[in-house]
Amino acid sequence: MSHILEVRNLSKSFHGLRAVHEVNFDVGEGELLALIGPNGAGKSTCFNMLMGQLKPTTGEVHFQGENLVGKYPRDIWRKGIGRTFQITATYSSMTVVENVQMALMSFHRRVYSMLPYAHKMYKKEALTFLDMVGLASQSERHCAILAYGDLKRLELAIALCHNPTLLLMDEPTAGMAPTERESVMQLTADIVREKNISVLFTEHDMDVVFGHAHRILVLNRGELIANGSVDDIRNNPMVQEVYLGGGNLFDSDEAAS
Amino acid sequence: MELFFAQLLTGLANAATLFLVASGLSLIFGVTRIVNFAHGSFYMLGAFIGYSLMQVLPGMFGFWLSVLLAGLVVGVIGVVVEILVLRPVYKAPELFQLVATFGVILVIQDLALLIWGADDVLGPRAPGLKGIVRIMGEPVPKYDLALIAITPFFLFGLWYLISKTRIGILVRAATQDREMVGALGVNQAWLFTGVFFLGATLAGLGGAIQLPKGGADLLMDFNILAAIFVVVVIGGMGSLPGAYVAAALISVLNVFGVTFLPQSTLVLMFVVMAVVLMIKPYGLFGREEVAGEHGQVGEPERPIKPAGVKVRLLVAAGLLLLALLPLFGSDFSQVLTSDVIIFCLFAASLHFILGLGGLVSFGHAAFFGGGAYVAALLVSHVDAPMEIAFLLAPIGAGFAAFIIGWLCMRLTGVYFAMLTLAFAQLIWSLVYQWGEFTGGDDGLVDIWPSTWLNGTTPYYYFTLVFGIGGILLLRHAAHSPFGYALRASRDSSRQAEATGINTKRIQWAAFTFAGSLAGLSGALFVFSKGSVFPTELEIARSFDALIVIFLGGVKTLSGAVVGGASLEYAKDFLTRFEYWRLTLGLIIIFVVIVAPEGISGTLRKVAERFGIIRQREGES
Repeated sequence: MSHILEVRNLSKSFHGLRAVHEVNFDVGEGELLALIGPNGAGKSTCFNMLMGQLKPTTGEVHFQGENLVGKYPRDIWRKGIGRTFQITATYSSMTVVENVQMALMSFHRRVYSMLPYAHKMYKKEALTFLDMVGLASQSERHCAILAYGDLKRLELAIALCHNPTLLLMDEPTAGMAPTERESVMQLTADIVREKNISVLFTEHDMDVVFGHAHRILVLNRGELIANGSVDDIRNNPMVQEVYLGGGNLFDSDEAAS
Repeated sequence: MELFFAQLLTGLANAATLFLVASGLSLIFGVTRIVNFAHGSFYMLGAFIGYSLMQVLPGMFGFWLSVLLAGLVVGVIGVVVEILVLRPVYKAPELFQLVATFGVILVIQDLALLIWGADDVLGPRAPGLKGIVRIMGEPVPKYDLALIAITPFFLFGLWYLISKTRIGILVRAATQDREMVGALGVNQAWLFTGVFFLGATLAGLGGAIQLPKGGADLLMDFNILAAIFVVVVIGGMGSLPGAYVAAALISVLNVFGVTFLPQSTLVLMFVVMAVVLMIKPYGLFGREEVAGEHGQVGEPERPIKPAGVKVRLLVAAGLLLLALLPLFGSDFSQVLTSDVIIFCLFAASLHFILGLGGLVSFGHAAFFGGGAYVAALLVSHVDAPMEIAFLLAPIGAGFAAFIIGWLCMRLTGVYFAMLTLAFAQLIWSLVYQWGEFTGGDDGLVDIWPSTWLNGTTPYYYFTLVFGIGGILLLRHAAHSPFGYALRASRDSSRQAEATGINTKRIQWAAFTFAGSLAGLSGALFVFSKGSVFPTELEIARSFDALIVIFLGGVKTLSGAVVGGASLEYAKDFLTRFEYWRLTLGLIIIFVVIVAPEGISGTLRKVAERFGIIRQREGES
């Protein structure tokens, strides 16, 4: 399996606090890679560095051979990386379909255009993306009144607009009901398999992680302490120690929920 | 050196008032997030009330008692204003309250005129501190020394109140997160009222304490407004030591400016502010502004759609009526309607960046007046034909907006608003003080249109074409991808940046575009009046546009035009009466309380309720 993202010696310090320290990992093509760890482990810092929101203190991030460090989020997006947010970020004054149209207008570099009517542009294309995530019937609704789970789906539709090769998802199921979690994650898994998109995601829900991840990275206090298959991680005593304080919750699937 | 030292003392003495008033403003803003335009009015009331009290309370004791009582009376007035005017509108969209405070300014202006008359009042000298002291041979008024000595006590007292007492803890907590404070069981309403009392008291004290130096007049409310905003911003919002340092800095610089560079006095403080903000974006002692991240106040803005057939027909009918006006209307009605159209274009251009872009500019008059001055300067200095001057005006204003926008764009929220204000004042003071080039206070006159546009009716049609054309252009831009990208940048800059939109550049472009259309309205204005004066660049002009946008409805596209037309016609009607400010102020406050969605937004709601227009699903 070839790598599309290679992270090398990634570190970030905030006024002497080592939030992330010498992290190395790769994301393979078509892989669903989970990044887990207790609160404060450095997951979000890691994510923000990959997306260009934070500048690493040291280290490099190579995407398809190109170093992303120092690039703006918008430029990284153009290279073919999409993202969804832990706290949803959508355009609350627009309709659902217009949210997707906006991303398409940006993708086609039309945001400075002042002649055409925006609400007609790329509408058909936008509707196909909404259909993909199951929001087609709500396309004309005002985004501000959407249910939380639907907002997460909308974000996914927006993130798929520029045909990304890699998706970064920050807690894709945070704040959702358990049944909704499973369906959104299954949906994501289906879409990325069909389109051969690689996914790196952070998650606190072990059901979601063990159910869908191909491989798992474990961060603790800014350092990568484990990197392996679902079974490896489940049975890794060090992971159990730091992640759950020595509990035995990894022993069975029932207990993990 | 002796002179230098004496000047320094004068500056520090002047800082006393500035610090008191500015710290009051800073407190009120910190806790309630209200930009209290009426703060200058509180200061003026303090001066007048202090003066009246000093007439009846004799002696040194009477003097200081009057100062104290003036402060307390103004504090109570502040409480009345807060309870009657502001409480009903706390739930309204952010910044909407400033419209209400603007109404308060007008009301207080006329009330002061009613009670104290139009003449300036000379302040009584402070008993016991009448003479001068010679310091290194230079005369220094004793009262100045007293002020310099008193101010640190005020600073320390306030600092103690805010840092060490229980009330102070609540105030600071509310400054950080008022929802949380409310959730913890603190009665927010009374906390707000209390802070208003304190802030107004400080303004009143400031007004009374400067009586021996400056007296009282009816212009002092607006005169101090710009200065205290500058002080608060330079010092850093919510920082008391910052307010003190900034007040001292500004006052001292001002005194030196008067002596050494008399032509620069007006410009100086805004130059200082611009420089400080460009180096330290949040002021000398300020921290990054995090307010407004707790979600939008009020109901979310609705999606927009181009007008349907019915509305288009209605607009077409209205335009036809306007086109036919010269057939049945008087010359005066044409002139008035031209004024209204010009003002509506100006307001609509501000709405484009404020409503759609979320960029609150307090200095939009710079581009209206700027456009007018570009045209006027071309005509009077190089004898440019009217057509050329008219064409270059929006380009010149757009260029100014391009430069100012670039300098302001790194700031957000209130700091952005203040920096735009600073640059607008910079341009105003340049025009005002560079007499030989711009005509200064006398303005530029004899700027008339070409012969083919001579006469009321031809120019009326000219205004109609370009004014309405500009408004329709803005409206169309709102529906274009550019307008959508601007709204996207406002709704969620995180998502916009993460999907390839350079939000700052979009906002910068919008700022430039809006500036050039304001310049177009300025060009229409100058050729309709035949002259232009520095008043067209004043803060009051910027505020006019700001007020009508909120009155009309900031969340609706038609808001600026509806509000602009309403206000201009109302003004024209009301100014025939003696106390028109009072009436207008009360009307504004009334509209603010009854129609917090603005005229346009509220009309839409009423129409929806009665089924006149269709309500979209999920929008109540």
